[in-house]
Amino acid sequence: MATVSVCQYYPGGFSFENCKRNALLEADINKLGFSSPAARKTGTTICGVVYKDGVVLGADTRATEGMIVADKNCSKIHYISPNIYCCGAGTAADTEMTTQIISSNLELHSLSTGRLPRVATANRMLKQMLFRYQGYIGAALVLGGVDCNGPHLYSIYPHGSTDKLPYVTMGSGSLAAMAVFEDRYRPNMEEEEAKRLVRDAIAAGIFNDLGSGSNIDLCVITKGKVDYLRPHDVANKKGVKTGSYRYKHGTTGVLTKTVTPLNLEVVEESVQTMDTS
Amino acid sequence: MTLPADGGTSFRSDASAQETQDLSTSGGHIAVIQRVLVRQLKMISAQACGANGKMKDYHYSGPVEHKFSPYAFNGGTVLAVAGEDFALVASDTRLSEGYSIHSRDSPKCYKLTDTTVIGCSGFHGDCLTLTKIIEARLKMYKHSNNKSMTSGAIAAMLSTILYGRRFFPYYVYNIIGGLDEEGRGAVYSFDPVGSYQRDTYKAGGSASAMLQPLLDNQIGFKNMENVEQVPLSQEKAVQLVKDVFISAAERDVYTGDALKICIITKEGIREEIVPLRKD
Repeated sequence: MATVSVCQYYPGGFSFENCKRNALLEADINKLGFSSPAARKTGTTICGVVYKDGVVLGADTRATEGMIVADKNCSKIHYISPNIYCCGAGTAADTEMTTQIISSNLELHSLSTGRLPRVATANRMLKQMLFRYQGYIGAALVLGGVDCNGPHLYSIYPHGSTDKLPYVTMGSGSLAAMAVFEDRYRPNMEEEEAKRLVRDAIAAGIFNDLGSGSNIDLCVITKGKVDYLRPHDVANKKGVKTGSYRYKHGTTGVLTKTVTPLNLEVVEESVQTMDTS
Repeated sequence: MTLPADGGTSFRSDASAQETQDLSTSGGHIAVIQRVLVRQLKMISAQACGANGKMKDYHYSGPVEHKFSPYAFNGGTVLAVAGEDFALVASDTRLSEGYSIHSRDSPKCYKLTDTTVIGCSGFHGDCLTLTKIIEARLKMYKHSNNKSMTSGAIAAMLSTILYGRRFFPYYVYNIIGGLDEEGRGAVYSFDPVGSYQRDTYKAGGSASAMLQPLLDNQIGFKNMENVEQVPLSQEKAVQLVKDVFISAAERDVYTGDALKICIITKEGIREEIVPLRKD
């Protein structure tokens, strides 16, 4: 009798097998008073603006897990291609992986066409992927770049709808940032004015929204040049503590100590410099 | 396994089960595959159809009852430390709700008498009402007994006030700091329904879980060996309180803006205000 290996066929996409079990567990856990683990969201302020020579993208740098700060300096402006960058709000893993997948596919596409990728192409790829997942991928993106047709800025929502606009904001601090944009946006601004506007919009989100905080990152994209300014503005410095909380040796009690010498002899030694920039 | 001729979703499950039984004698592995496939197909058909065989409607689009909650969470952290001849009550001054900030200057310490300060965090509406009630009761006591209430007496009274609302509690985390009758520092910490105890130090509010272990280590000397257990001086206590709030403001979104410290000694109550992160 031949042994047949059982290969279960999984259709592509998400598997919802555990949903019923999770719903039951959630009800039980809440009865006991605990809360079930939640995906880390960035609770963010991101925005973008089109100016005379290109686009300026801005983002804050706080990542929250519930109402606790998980990362005080995370990077929310993701690389898509040399002339296109994308800010991400929503579930941190979703924004990271989605932008990486589209960046990879766009590079292959660009090699196939032999041309610099267009922002509209990245927009199409992102919206088609997000629509395919019907909003289950919680990624709200601000996509900006400069291609052969000029500067372009798109906002992309988790369900797959997109808007092509001269100025956009996303995330929990989007209302605070949009208030600044609606007050001071003009078409065809100069670079310094555009950078100041984006910086102020993100600062409004940082100081008035609890889900956003820490520093302001900017990305200025023009034809042929990208300025990735991280951080552009350290809006909040960590408070300086007056006391010293270093522990003396022996503060942690050592219960047992076992020393096992390893008798090794040096055969070869080589030095490799690390790129720590 | 035979599928019915109508090509529909109904299954002659008995027939398929019978087939697998026959196969099990001849090849155990093949029978397992058959059973697995049957189960999968049954699962897929069950998911697609409801009990009566029609396609299930996944999107509920009718009216939904939303429950009104009488409580809100306004954030904030309070901390109290008792020393040999002093007591500290500290709180941040941020009042928030959801992701927004209501006020950057709303301290949570309330002065009750010359020797007692109470810190209240949680639902701001209940904090205000509770402090009004305490102040009224203090006046009543003073008028009938011709003396101010001591810290211990205030603590005992607050416990009964809170338990009086056992079945619709004040959503407030209270910490009382003051001097006892002998002039030594006293801290009393409460839960929302009135359970209390006297402590040396206690943190309450949104960042309490971050601050309490740090205080256990620095003031209670827990989890440390070979350390000289010196009693806490007033200067060191104030410095420690400032540093722990700086750390709490880093990681807790509800804590920030400014820190207000009330230092209670036999000379009176002194206040210090220190700025914190505003993001």
